[in-house]
Amino acid sequence: MSLLFEQTPDGAERYLDWIVSGLGWTLSLALGAWTIALVVGTLIGVARTLPKGILPRLGRVYVETFRNIPLLVQMFFWYFVLPELLPVRIGMAIKQMDPPWGSFVPALVCLGLFTAARIAEQVRAGIQALPSGQMQAASALGFGRAGMYRLILLPQAFRIILPTLTNEFMTIFKNTSVALTIGLVELTATAREINENTFRTFEAFGVVTLVYLVIALLAWQVMYRIERAVQLPAFAGGGARP
Amino acid sequence: MMVDLSAIAAATPYLLSGLWFTVQITLVGVTGGIVFGSLLAVARLSRNRLISTLATAYVNLMRSIPLILVIFWVFFLVPWAIGWLTRSGRPVAVGASLTIFVTFVLFEAAYYAEIVRAGFRSISPGQYSACEALGLSKLHAYIYILFPQAIRNVLPILLTQTIVLFQDTSLVYVISATDLLGAATKIAQRDGRLVEMYLTVGVIYFVVCYAASQFVKQLQGRLAYGAR
Repeated sequence: MSLLFEQTPDGAERYLDWIVSGLGWTLSLALGAWTIALVVGTLIGVARTLPKGILPRLGRVYVETFRNIPLLVQMFFWYFVLPELLPVRIGMAIKQMDPPWGSFVPALVCLGLFTAARIAEQVRAGIQALPSGQMQAASALGFGRAGMYRLILLPQAFRIILPTLTNEFMTIFKNTSVALTIGLVELTATAREINENTFRTFEAFGVVTLVYLVIALLAWQVMYRIERAVQLPAFAGGGARP
Repeated sequence: MMVDLSAIAAATPYLLSGLWFTVQITLVGVTGGIVFGSLLAVARLSRNRLISTLATAYVNLMRSIPLILVIFWVFFLVPWAIGWLTRSGRPVAVGASLTIFVTFVLFEAAYYAEIVRAGFRSISPGQYSACEALGLSKLHAYIYILFPQAIRNVLPILLTQTIVLFQDTSLVYVISATDLLGAATKIAQRDGRLVEMYLTVGVIYFVVCYAASQFVKQLQGRLAYGAR
């Protein structure tokens, strides 16, 4: 582990600083994309449970598209293909964004919308798992559609899907590593760079593997605490996990 | 920007050879992953604390780190490991495909293990007792009684995981292998046809995965009906 405190080739930093910077990009990408995914995913999940109209169908098209194309191919779409398809001036503006933003922004949009499709499916399953009496009771009490979802259905649905959301939350940290293919120097890319500079493979990849383990543990802890905090005594779906 | 269809037509044979490698990785990953994963699942249920702890640690480790990181690990470690095994004392160069096959078996096994374990837990405890009462050995009980039921109970999830595996194979891009995406990238960079190539590849992945997922959905309905 002495590797961490050795100086980098340019002499200005230690390898530890590279790891910290990589960790910073991994965390910001994961948390930013998670925010996008929660908002978009919830909206689409709700749209898929609406009784009729074009929205449920559009929701299905979204989910099928984003779930059936590999994340890496989607990454290339946002980074390489989209700027070419847009009007020249906008495309150029995207391509000329300063690094690392030129990679970070497409990666953020990509990972956010990709994860949104998966969250949408869970939200839909959560809403559909509720007894239909909930919806009927809400209408009988005079709730409009928006109020019914916001105050009655979604709070219960989210409690049901918290365990699967935990899984998704842990996955998004791992998926940030795909952004290295479009040039974002996040954790895994940092390990590769340190290895290329020092040829000390075990140490470089070992440290980064440990960091991922710690992230997974922390992410799990956060979700576990949320689950405990929102648990309702009378609500079976929010019960304790094994 | 115009999309040039003739560029896609010219690239088709090369793309198909890439797709074949993608399919090969998937097949090796599924077979090896389910075999090794089932062993891990059985090991996790073992009464021997050491064995179950080791299997649990392996599964949790693999599930906590990104696949790309595992690809790099195996890419750098396998040459050393072979050098050590053959006592030549130095790393031995191995082909990219061997590295990739090893990676996918090791990585996907952790995910299959969790699915198979869920399958074992879905079998009623009476089945385990019945095996003991009939005097079946552990091995026979697993092969003839428990494993077939476990697999049937989780078949849709196993297949869904296989679709995920098929998509995950695209990550071998990071060690410049020529799978479907790798083939497209090489042509895209040679001819300057990024848009055409990546859109084509996206459509191919979509068609394969969508068809497969619809099949799984149908199967799920049929299995649920049969269980009633």
